[in-house]
Amino acid sequence: MLTYLIKRVLSVIPVLIVVAVIVFLMLRLTPGDPAAIIAGDAATSQDIAQIRDKLGLEEPMVIQFGIWVGNMLTGDFGDSFYYKRTVSSMIADRVGPTVALATFTIILACIVAIPLGTIAAYKQGSWLDRAVMGMSVIGFSVPVFVIGYMMIYLFAVKLDWFPVQGYQPIADGIGGFLYRLVMPSAALSIIFIALIARMTRTSVLEVLNEDYIRTARAKGLEESKVMTRHALRNAAVPIVTVIGFAIAILIGGVVVTESVFVIPGLGTLTLDAIQGRDYPTVQALIMLFSVVYVLINLVIDVIYTLLDPRIRY
Amino acid sequence: MIKILRRSVLGATAFAFTLGMSLSAVATTASAETVLRVNMHSDLKIVDPIWTTAYMSRNYGYMVYDTLYGMNSKGEIKPQMVEKLDISADGLTYDFTLRSGMTFHDGAPVTGDDVVASIKRWGSKDAMGQLMMGFVKDMKGSSGDTFQFILNKPTGLIIQALGKPSSNVPFIMPARIAATPATEQITEYVGSGPFVFLKDEWKPGDKAEFAKFTEYKPRNEPGDGLAGGKVVHVDKVVWKVIRDAQTKMNALSKGEIDVIESPSHDLLPLMEKDPNIKLVDLNPFGNQYTFRPNSLHPPFNNPKILEALLYAFNQEDFVQSTVGNEKYYKLCKAMFICGTPLATNAGFEDKFESNYKRARELVQEAGYDGTPVLIMHPTDLAILGNLVPVAKAAMEKIGLKVDMVAMDWQTLVGRRNKQELPADGGWNAFITSWNSVDNASPLSTPMLNAACEKALFGWPCDEEIQKLRNEYAGESDATKQLAIVEKIQQRVSKKPTHIHLGQWYSPAAMGANITGAPVSPVVAFWGYKKAE
Repeated sequence: MLTYLIKRVLSVIPVLIVVAVIVFLMLRLTPGDPAAIIAGDAATSQDIAQIRDKLGLEEPMVIQFGIWVGNMLTGDFGDSFYYKRTVSSMIADRVGPTVALATFTIILACIVAIPLGTIAAYKQGSWLDRAVMGMSVIGFSVPVFVIGYMMIYLFAVKLDWFPVQGYQPIADGIGGFLYRLVMPSAALSIIFIALIARMTRTSVLEVLNEDYIRTARAKGLEESKVMTRHALRNAAVPIVTVIGFAIAILIGGVVVTESVFVIPGLGTLTLDAIQGRDYPTVQALIMLFSVVYVLINLVIDVIYTLLDPRIRY
Repeated sequence: MIKILRRSVLGATAFAFTLGMSLSAVATTASAETVLRVNMHSDLKIVDPIWTTAYMSRNYGYMVYDTLYGMNSKGEIKPQMVEKLDISADGLTYDFTLRSGMTFHDGAPVTGDDVVASIKRWGSKDAMGQLMMGFVKDMKGSSGDTFQFILNKPTGLIIQALGKPSSNVPFIMPARIAATPATEQITEYVGSGPFVFLKDEWKPGDKAEFAKFTEYKPRNEPGDGLAGGKVVHVDKVVWKVIRDAQTKMNALSKGEIDVIESPSHDLLPLMEKDPNIKLVDLNPFGNQYTFRPNSLHPPFNNPKILEALLYAFNQEDFVQSTVGNEKYYKLCKAMFICGTPLATNAGFEDKFESNYKRARELVQEAGYDGTPVLIMHPTDLAILGNLVPVAKAAMEKIGLKVDMVAMDWQTLVGRRNKQELPADGGWNAFITSWNSVDNASPLSTPMLNAACEKALFGWPCDEEIQKLRNEYAGESDATKQLAIVEKIQQRVSKKPTHIHLGQWYSPAAMGANITGAPVSPVVAFWGYKKAE
């Protein structure tokens, strides 16, 4: 197992090299000039040329790449083209809201979706099953911004239960922190509830006809224990995969939800950086997301072995 | 199991809700300061208003820095930091005296040396500043409150330039900061303006905060636009980034924010019906749509084809396609903005009237060879996106071939600096919008600069226009200035540097409890009062 983990961690290196090259090239080949954006509308070509020079954009691409990689190896992701700040500090500012939103969303999604999916499987063909699956289709189909707008209209504008927008760091008070996360997490969790519930139902259905379930029932085990200890546990591997996939998406930034509810997370940072052609920030973010993806996959693989002793690496 | 789960979820939600409400209430009670929360048109990115011409940096400049002169709501330039000005009889020596008691945010007094250093930095960067510096033989500062300009020839430009309201604005900084070359960004954010920039509270992409500068001494007269007494009635101003137009409106209606600088036009009817929101027209000059041809390449290197566009275009088609509601636009044949002293229709009396017959004749006279017009079409900005198809339709009606290339605005911003042929990554035309105050005089209008390769992208080249602009710069008599403007417009109507496509307005939206917002072409936050 340890050997496997070391191999998997080392396998991140070639992935990151490929990502670095692709991201660097894609950004440079994308139309748009950060210097022109920075200079403003009334700037002359001379002004823009000076800024390009200051930003190091006049250097050959190979040299720019070398400088970037060299700095990155020393932990220096460079400075944003726009803000007189290091990219690392800007990312650090945005990680908190993203992690908070992702954590809340996943917890909420799991709390709701796994029982729903299990019950739907248990009551296969019943009105409850059809209702859960019907709701899943709606959850998949309705864009998150529509759900967000509806929730804001109902719970913030009409009922005045929650604020329309905004994020409060946990350092400013746990109550306000939780209070402000309820609506965005709820809106964002809908699609993941749909996804996880469907996957749970399918997986549980597959194991419900297995011999060991019949045996458990024949032994006189309570149905709730049959479902949780035997059915759900054996159905867990694909569910965990979907949850891991969801976490990766959430950490990678959920631009629409962040925009609608004004959460200053990594999604809007990425969007702003791409729109502004802020190369150092985009490059660092994509590298970060790549590492997160690989690590989440690694964690999922480890969880597989805990859930199913037959899986060995 | 389900019941237990349901109880847990409901219980946890209720707990969080109650706790949140309680703590929010505590926070509200504990906070006695008045905070004005504003959604600006964009995020603050660069905090050096001389290094960039971006409007957000200019707006930031008005918070943190003060100006020697300011433009009032009628478009007149009035003294701001300057207490007294003596001009010698020959018009060559300007002796300025600053108002007494002005200090920077670090407590140091504002001196003549600070002014001279600041004007030097601005004058090395800004086009109007460069023009002004052409008249200035010497500038002498002092460690006290006086400074002097010695000119090489008389001009009416000095006060106009020092009171320039839009980018780049001659903001006054401490001399040590202003010593930074204009090609480099400053790293210290100290001004003498009515607000102090709270650097540690600045979260790019989220918010920027400004505290009232308690030592600021406003002029002892009522505030009027960017002139007069800049009296601050709030303790703090927070610029809050909210990207989603609908969320902005909901947040304003609920009182979570107090002002939206530039609300979306399609939401204005809803806001008009909301008793918690009022719409206020703060910029009487509005904005001006502008068609910019590239003079380097065919077919727009032929003035006759550009003149044909003046006959083919109709301003109403353009403003209707984007703004829609006639309450928020104005058809205006004057280049230098209707409502200003320089407004005249000279040269454009018979233009902008969809005269396709005359336009087609001009295209034929020009010997148009079928070279396609590559017009850049920004599809991501609602306020610009619909203009290009309107232009395309008009150009096709007069026999031009048009290649409309869709792109995002930032791609356009990068591409418009390319001088290559359109087929090699260059361009023929695009449409943009300016704050009208930028286009309110022959000297400030960036696209009127026809200095060939030194001109703004589009690079028009016309000695006659340059000569007339210089003539205008040297003239101080208003009647003679207007006569020069008429000549400029006559010239532009035959050899267009750019084409003005109408003025449009965007009222600010603010809470019903907000009063005192200054009427000004540039958004400013002194004067605001917030009733609890």
